[in-house]
Amino acid sequence: MALLEINALTAFYGDFQALYGVSMSVDAGQTVAVIGANGAGKSTLLKAIVGMHPAAPDMIRFEGVPIGGRRSSRIVALGITMVPEGRRLFPSLTVEENLTIGAQLGRSGPWSLARIFELFPILAERRGQKSTLLSGGQQQMVAIGRALMSNPRLLLCDEISLGLAPIVVRDIFRRLPTIIAEGTSVVVVEQDVMQALAVSNYLYCLQEGRVLLEGEPQSLSREAIKAAYFGA
Amino acid sequence: MEIVNILVQGILLGGLYALFAAGLSLIFGVMRLVNIAHGDLIVVAAYFAYFTMQALDIGPFTSLIVVVPVIAVFGYALQRGLLNFALGDDLPPLLVTFGLSVIIQNVLLILFTHDSRRLYAGPIEMVSWKFTPDFAIGILPLIQFVVAVLIIGGLQLFFYRTRIGRNFRATSDDPAIAQLMGIENRHIFALAMALSLAVVAVAGVFIAVRTTFNPFYGPQLLIFGFEAVIMGGLGSLWGTLAGGILLGLAQAIGGQINVGLPFTAGHVVFLLVLFLRPQGLFPKVSS
Amino acid sequence: MTGGSKPPPGAKVVHSTIASRIGVAFWIVLVAVLIAIPYWRDRQAMRLLTEIYSFVALASLWNLLAGYAGLVSVGQQAFVGLGGYTLYLCALWAGVNPMLGLPLAGLVGGLISIPIVVLLLKLRGAYFTIGSWVVAELFLQIFQLVPAVGGGSGISLPATVVLSIAKSRSTRESVIYWIFLALAVAVIGVIVILLRTRYGLALQAIRDNETAAKSNGIDVNRARAVVFVVAAAATAIVGSMIFLQKLSITPFSAFSINDWTVNMIFITVIGGVGRVEGPILGTVIYFVLREFLADLASTYLIILGVVAIGVMLKAPKGIWGHVADRFGWQLFPLARRLVRAVQPRAEPVAGLV
Repeated sequence: MALLEINALTAFYGDFQALYGVSMSVDAGQTVAVIGANGAGKSTLLKAIVGMHPAAPDMIRFEGVPIGGRRSSRIVALGITMVPEGRRLFPSLTVEENLTIGAQLGRSGPWSLARIFELFPILAERRGQKSTLLSGGQQQMVAIGRALMSNPRLLLCDEISLGLAPIVVRDIFRRLPTIIAEGTSVVVVEQDVMQALAVSNYLYCLQEGRVLLEGEPQSLSREAIKAAYFGA
Repeated sequence: MEIVNILVQGILLGGLYALFAAGLSLIFGVMRLVNIAHGDLIVVAAYFAYFTMQALDIGPFTSLIVVVPVIAVFGYALQRGLLNFALGDDLPPLLVTFGLSVIIQNVLLILFTHDSRRLYAGPIEMVSWKFTPDFAIGILPLIQFVVAVLIIGGLQLFFYRTRIGRNFRATSDDPAIAQLMGIENRHIFALAMALSLAVVAVAGVFIAVRTTFNPFYGPQLLIFGFEAVIMGGLGSLWGTLAGGILLGLAQAIGGQINVGLPFTAGHVVFLLVLFLRPQGLFPKVSS
Repeated sequence: MTGGSKPPPGAKVVHSTIASRIGVAFWIVLVAVLIAIPYWRDRQAMRLLTEIYSFVALASLWNLLAGYAGLVSVGQQAFVGLGGYTLYLCALWAGVNPMLGLPLAGLVGGLISIPIVVLLLKLRGAYFTIGSWVVAELFLQIFQLVPAVGGGSGISLPATVVLSIAKSRSTRESVIYWIFLALAVAVIGVIVILLRTRYGLALQAIRDNETAAKSNGIDVNRARAVVFVVAAAATAIVGSMIFLQKLSITPFSAFSINDWTVNMIFITVIGGVGRVEGPILGTVIYFVLREFLADLASTYLIILGVVAIGVMLKAPKGIWGHVADRFGWQLFPLARRLVRAVQPRAEPVAGLV
């Protein structure tokens, strides 16, 4: 049984339809990449999974249990969490507080404040500072750390490369294997196709709310991906 | 020396106003709600204290032991049961809390009639601390001021040194992401209301010891709290203390000029501050 | 204000619909009937209707502020009282005929509202609301303190002034009745005309989405300020008439939030905020309820409050808004439809499958 199953997920913003029956699955231990241009519906997909966008119960199943439409606080308790697009750190909280708030639920697992500081040493130096004072890349590390602190079974990463210099993006993605090694399954939503291909063992390409292409990265040709990404 | 007396009285009164303001400010900070019934809820606390005092034959300050928890629970229920559904940007929060204000005033009127009441604290009301032959401070106002400052300090500690305080701050920053951290908004909002009402219950009992109150006294208190918040600057707890003190001073000086003038003087000073420095005396950078 | 927003050539904006044509006919017939009421000599009916007209006018003005300009004011009683005092003081000090006192009240109300709105617009949202309350409180206190304007005990309207309206009481009552009716009709008429203009369109844009309105070049603060001043002036005129009828004025009656503002708000909320029909329906409901619950003054307010809260939570557009949206009703010509003057030719479009 797949860890996460999406069945014909639809999503609307008022009258505008963002997702037209998207189906996908994530197996335990997998790293799945979802790529697509702006407006393809990638963020909406993640938001629906994590309870920030409405969905019918059966459209999203976690370990076989329908969770569509549940409140985010309940879904995190089940072991799914998200690194939100644009990081969305809490400006009133320090770096350390942003991290510890991630452990609010008290789920057990390999991740603790000490281990996050091991993964991202620069954060230890800045633990007492207001999170807004950090650079973009460092803020992204805090956002990832915050999500990890809830010891999720499934980690959703919404465009963590957005707004960051390529060298910073590489630096962050270098830590991903450590995260995956702890047994967390990961869904990476990216506009940076190269990074997405490099880290994932399965790929979905969305265009205007539909899955146009899916498969293992090495079996997909550049042309096929380009066509699916931009649309013929 | 007379003028020093006046100023000190104003400052001490300002402590109470700061508590009203802190309650308002807390709710606005956490859930962006301005509760028009805020003052009426303070009056509810005063009447409940009155009722408790009569029923248990205790003094006003002892009654706080009962009043504060009960009012806090009431606040939790009110938020969870009604106000959580009225949150938002537009008309509903204003109009629902306005309706609530009218309802509360008229329920109180039915229960307690129009008669003015006061809570009697006994002999302590007469005691004053003589610093010099012509300068004395009432013990009661002084105690109330100290308590007010302690409460504001306590709130500050609560917000910045406790886990729940951290969760309050996070919820006020970004409710959707706070929810993603496992923090249930509906619960946090209700806790915030409970805390706010606990604070204003104390202030309500204090002011009911000093002046008379009746079912329609609420709006007056709302306005005082509001003036203190705006003058002090949104978002800063110590700012609300400053704003409260400024209001207390304005009223004290106004009362000296003409016995009918204290509140008017307060309003005038408020409008002046609004005109000259609309962001308040000590605004926090983030709104 | 919004430059270059003419409809494309060959098309125009039409405000009427079939429903609104029926509506307008209905209003005309209704007003004709109401004009004739004094001839039936039923004093009680006339007094009740006069009260209804004053509330329709006041609630409609509050609705203009809150439902269209997005400004929730709980301080409109300031202008009701100001209007009343202006009429009284002009009559007392300068022997001004009360009929002239009406427009004077409007002028004074409008002028005084200018510095008020400049100050208040520094506050946003709910803080504006409480600020408006502070201003009304200030008026109350000033009028209580200043002996020259009657102080706490107020002023009575001298008999000579009362007689100058008309010699006989029944004529006076008819005149007052017709003036109130005219005021209600005028207020609604002005609001409808205002909403039909581009200015009204700008207002509704501001109400719906302030940021979008700004980015379309609308000066939001100026639009709101103008509405505030107009509403203040009109409210003052209505206020002056109310107190002309009452024959005496005190600060508490003039600036009472319970007598004026609470009713304005409940009426509009229950009837329907943001619709011209709302306050009218709300007033009818208010008076019908009052008929049944007349004895229980406080209970009546509690019930009104509960109903208002219920409406705000379950049907925020009010009873009229809810029903009218369901059935597409529109009793006033306020629709905006783009109508082509010339029929487009049917052409096959190449390349479409």
